[in-house]
Amino acid sequence: MSENVGIVIVSHSADVARGTALMVEQMVGSEVPLGWCGGNPDGGLGTNVEAIMAAIDRAWSEKGVAILVDLGGAETNSEMAIEMLPDSRRSRVVVCNAPVVEGAVMAATEAASGAPLEAVRRTAEELTPA
Amino acid sequence: MNKHRASVLMRHEVGLHARPSVKLTKLAKAFQSKIDLGLSPDGPWVDAKSIVKVMATKAPKDSTIYFRAEGSDAKAALDALVMLVDGDFQDGP
Repeated sequence: MSENVGIVIVSHSADVARGTALMVEQMVGSEVPLGWCGGNPDGGLGTNVEAIMAAIDRAWSEKGVAILVDLGGAETNSEMAIEMLPDSRRSRVVVCNAPVVEGAVMAATEAASGAPLEAVRRTAEELTPA
Repeated sequence: MNKHRASVLMRHEVGLHARPSVKLTKLAKAFQSKIDLGLSPDGPWVDAKSIVKVMATKAPKDSTIYFRAEGSDAKAALDALVMLVDGDFQDGP
């Protein structure tokens, strides 16, 4: 179990999600638990609740998980995935209002220092123009 | 009060871009002291522990980076940060 907040990347594209995860691993390191998902089972674009829940599970940390999403359904499906989590976990998962690639790197950099979930989210969202 | 200052010439090819910024911020966060970074000896200063602010400085190659730190491990923090920048952001041990 990691002592750092986990990061989940949800994109409509599996390539974007995987590429973003690789950027986080190479730029920040492996001390932040990572999960990612993207695309539909046929290899097309899409997101789905089950895959997001599995990604949250892979990135799970007792300190919580911050999710970075790209567009529309990625966000609504992530919110649905959070709602379907067990009570004990639901309050420790947040969706960040930030660009997916940049936000993931920023959030992971913050998480790598052992920062709490709220600080991780704040750092990712600092990027978003007011 | 334990206050220190340091400066170092940054020769890294791309300047304070994404990867160097992440390394610098992660290292700064390993210390308790408050650490600021600036591109002139008089500031303006940004929090060296804020990845968003450090990256936003967009310091180019051959900039001199100024640090000021305040806290119990201020001296050690600045020594480590200067070594990172001077060593061209190579991975430490």
